[in-house]
Amino acid sequence: MNPLELTRARPGEAFTVTFDGRPVTALPGQTVAAALWAAGVPAWRTTRGTGRPRGVFCGIGVCFDCLVTVNDRTNQRACLVPVRPGDEIRTQEGTGRDDD
Amino acid sequence: MTERAHLAVVGAGPAGLAAALAAADRGVRVTLVDAAEQAGGQFYRQPARALGARRPEALHHQWRIWERLRDGVDRHITAGRITHLTDHHVWCVDRESAHDKPPSNRDQHSSQSFTVYALCGPAQEEGVAVRADAVLLAPGGYERVLPFPGWTLPGVVTAGGAQAMLKGGLVLPGRTVVVAGTGPLLLPVATGLAAAGARVAALVESADPRALLRRTHTLAAEPGKLAEGAWYAGQLLRRGVRTLARHIVVEAHGTDRLTAVTVAALGKDRRIRPGSARRIPCDTLAVGHGMLPHTDLAETLGCTLSGTDGTAVRVDDEQRTDVPGVWAAGETTGIGGAALALAEGHIAGRSIAARLYGTAPDPRSWAAAARTRTRLRAFFAALDAVYAPPAGWADRLTDDTVVCRCEEVTAGAVRTAAGSLGAGDLRTVKLLTRAGMGWCQGRMCAPAVAGLTGCPLTAGRRPFARPVPLGVLAGLPDD
Ligand SMILES: Cc1cc2nc3c(=O)[nH]c(=O)nc-3n(C[C@H](O)[C@H](O)[C@H](O)COP(=O)(O)OP(=O)(O)OC[C@H]3O[C@@H](n4cnc5c(N)ncnc54)[C@H](O)[C@@H]3O)c2cc1C
Ligand code: FES
Repeated sequence: MNPLELTRARPGEAFTVTFDGRPVTALPGQTVAAALWAAGVPAWRTTRGTGRPRGVFCGIGVCFDCLVTVNDRTNQRACLVPVRPGDEIRTQEGTGRDDD
Repeated sequence: MTERAHLAVVGAGPAGLAAALAAADRGVRVTLVDAAEQAGGQFYRQPARALGARRPEALHHQWRIWERLRDGVDRHITAGRITHLTDHHVWCVDRESAHDKPPSNRDQHSSQSFTVYALCGPAQEEGVAVRADAVLLAPGGYERVLPFPGWTLPGVVTAGGAQAMLKGGLVLPGRTVVVAGTGPLLLPVATGLAAAGARVAALVESADPRALLRRTHTLAAEPGKLAEGAWYAGQLLRRGVRTLARHIVVEAHGTDRLTAVTVAALGKDRRIRPGSARRIPCDTLAVGHGMLPHTDLAETLGCTLSGTDGTAVRVDDEQRTDVPGVWAAGETTGIGGAALALAEGHIAGRSIAARLYGTAPDPRSWAAAARTRTRLRAFFAALDAVYAPPAGWADRLTDDTVVCRCEEVTAGAVRTAAGSLGAGDLRTVKLLTRAGMGWCQGRMCAPAVAGLTGCPLTAGRRPFARPVPLGVLAGLPDD
């Protein structure tokens, strides 16, 4: 059993995005975080101070731990942003800006 | 009055929906503003539409109530009485004071004018302003997680967060999950994860369920709630989830992601029993220590906060805050679950409708909801006492345990600030250490910093409820 079976989901057609250059399959309607979780990826950011990996923590847009770079746009909350076909998702380092 | 009175509701969870429905039923024009893609809030969070779930109720409790609520609101949306702005993140609500406006024949609660500022669009960079005669704040709450060594490892998530990702995105955080912490929310989370196919290795609850027995009087007044708890317990038993009461997670292990947790038993003095530690392999830890109300918007409006530690919006019997024209309902006024949020929202909606039309509302018309509210508030006050975080949690933080996740401030730095540097309140600790200065503005670390330093947990006084792009601020009209 998985959540899709449990709720008898018939998702729209799956599509491909990339995470750090490698292809990842995503379902329409999912957030970037959900797509990465489904692909077995738990982390997509490293912290500014000690470079530690982080992913989802609160899951509802409050903690900002899940920041990620999507299509060159930095500091997007992966738990809120919907995933779109062809998205290029990249691990975000530090502040996501060059000044760091 | 030619134009209909207009109410803005912030939050489309149980509280906001019940209020919107009650007000619209009485002729008020309502704009419902919510950050999510669909109505429902946390309790009734729906799978994204494109996932095509034909049995979303499999992940839900009390589906019937949701259907009634949703159908009622949908009817008003079709009739044009309710407008639902989805994907709109409110960052500020502004009030124009009554004397700035020409006198009106409506009472003081309707002579107000408010502007609700929201961000929308995929990058949340577009600004939107909604004008209204009254505002209901129903933004709910968020989970409190107290730190422990290893809690920043990927794979450690909040219990509610795991639930939200499951209900909304139909995904599991991992294969083998430990659900831990304290509070009634752990039960539905463990049940939901297990039903959706995760192996729940253990449910670790630090409280002592026997303490509930000492409060049987208050608890027995709420048989529905007790039955709900028993139902979850039965589900967990059926799925072979073992429950470890009076146990805590002492440490999360792993280098780049979680691989195991160490749990230990608590003795009578609520301290760790020597020799009781054991390791449970897992790739996910879903953890929570109760909830905290969202109060930013209320604070900026000048509403007084109250509650046990001054962290909830204070309301009167009609759910009015002490700022004219502003009502509040649901978890923002104190944590108490979906049924309480529904009752409060219903009362607020009726009160708002009456006040906007210049009549005094008749509390007898919502007597049933008021009784529910009284009972559930007492019930949750009793639960709060039982599900308090265990004594000594702060002592167990090693000096290098990160406390502020955003700014990576350690327990050692916070202790130094409160110790040799003499900081006596959260604000000073923040200035000395940067704890609470990062992206989340202390939402995550404030309870931990308070517990570590002995400073009272005060509300954050954040200027905005969401980070706002400078372009949006610059684009606002001057007044
Ligand atoms: C992550 C999480 C998961 C939970 N899961 C469960 C569960 O499975 N079972 C259970 O019994 N209880 C659960 N709870 C408790 C739950 O919050 C309450 O029982 C109930 O949902 C409270 O209703 P409410 O209307 O007060 O707030 P909520 O249901 O939290 O609704 C608040 C709404 O306001 C919106 N909002 C907040 N701030 C803004 C803003 N600035 N701008 C725009 N919109 C905003 C949110 O998007 C949300 O839709 C959960 C809580 C959390 C935090
Ligand atoms: S996980 Fe907390 S903001 Fe996304």
